[in-house]
Amino acid sequence: MSRQRKAVALISGGLDSLLAVRVIQQQGIEVEGINFFTGFCVEGHTHAIRKKDQKKPKRNNALWAAEQLGIKLHIIDIVDEYKDVVINPRHGYGANLNPCLDCKVFMVQKAREWMEQKGFDFIITGEVVGQRPMSQRKETLPVVQRESGIDDRLLRPLCAKNLPETLPEREGWVDREGLYDFSGRSRKPQFALAKQFGFEDYAQPAGGCCFLTDERYSVKLSDLWQHRGEKRYDLDDIMLLKVGRHIRPADHFKVIVAREEGEGNFLQGYRKQFISLKTTSHGGPLALIDGEASTADIELAARIVARYSQGRDAPQVELEVSDHGAGPERLTVVPLAASEVREEWVL
Amino acid sequence: MSRQRIDCSRLLCPMPVIRVQDKVAELHPGDELEAICTDPGALNDIPAWCRINGHEVLETRSDSDAGEYIVVLRVGEDS
Ligand code: SF4
Repeated sequence: MSRQRKAVALISGGLDSLLAVRVIQQQGIEVEGINFFTGFCVEGHTHAIRKKDQKKPKRNNALWAAEQLGIKLHIIDIVDEYKDVVINPRHGYGANLNPCLDCKVFMVQKAREWMEQKGFDFIITGEVVGQRPMSQRKETLPVVQRESGIDDRLLRPLCAKNLPETLPEREGWVDREGLYDFSGRSRKPQFALAKQFGFEDYAQPAGGCCFLTDERYSVKLSDLWQHRGEKRYDLDDIMLLKVGRHIRPADHFKVIVAREEGEGNFLQGYRKQFISLKTTSHGGPLALIDGEASTADIELAARIVARYSQGRDAPQVELEVSDHGAGPERLTVVPLAASEVREEWVL
Repeated sequence: MSRQRIDCSRLLCPMPVIRVQDKVAELHPGDELEAICTDPGALNDIPAWCRINGHEVLETRSDSDAGEYIVVLRVGEDS
């Protein structure tokens, strides 16, 4: 009797990976999912941080997708190894700091290692030819296969009929006739297939699966690298870039101002690592100073924070300043006028 | 059979799920694990992870004074 064949699926939590898995399950293949945590994932974090977003019940879409599909899901922390992909992408960046092609190669390579270790037979992804400008062009799909070392053990069920036959098809593990020929940016075929499979309420991330496709986020990350003098980051850096207003009045420091209560609570957790400011005479946000700040710099930062407090029109605003958790000391400042917050300061 | 506890405070999802997953990989069927989290999303995500991977959720509770969200699970037979 032939052996039960097993596939590992890259699960983002979006519709395409959901459909790709169901197509392959229908062919009697056992599937388990892998989801990679890079630190840049849109999933969860801002939702967990921002209070106003918490009214909708939160869910992790990859876990939700796995539950719909009845498959196991392995979430893998690749934060450290992924840095090299973001910092030195061999194939360059997309429209923003998104190294999509290198990212795909890396993820498929990690999935291949997992597949080999666990005795699985092939990998599936929800990619569709022509759907994304950088990583899903017809010319770039073979690059992923070659550079990840997976070769023809990578099957893309939603567009397989537009691509050369893969090993699972040649070996008869999967029937090519049961696969699809989707291509291009239209999502209509996916919606129709979702309906056929009875999937509702699936996630529809705009733009992409991570913050690196976001223009504002990329500006903040470039700014971080530029002022640090090198392309380097740790998890706290990239988490903080997701939160608050980032205002850089000088090369050697910037101010991160919470935009709402949830962000304030999140920044609170960093008070021992930074100088922090909080208005006391009026309601206002918590803010952190990132960089080396002199007494004059702290005063300017305090005036900026006062600008975003309820005392913005008051003659004076009082704040507490805590230096890496020590203190606090009191400081009274005149809030900056709106016209004094220069446009180029706001990242 | 043992009962262990992991501290996932200040971690945002999916990090608490990853910590739980990695800890469960070291445990045996029937062992219990208590995860202390500060991200309220953990109350949804850890039970969802348990359901799809065959582990039993024994308890979920929140301690609003401490800002903690706690999930207790029992490792399933097939792990
Ligand atoms: S959008 Fe982000 S996670 Fe998705 S392929 Fe591009 S770099 Fe990778």
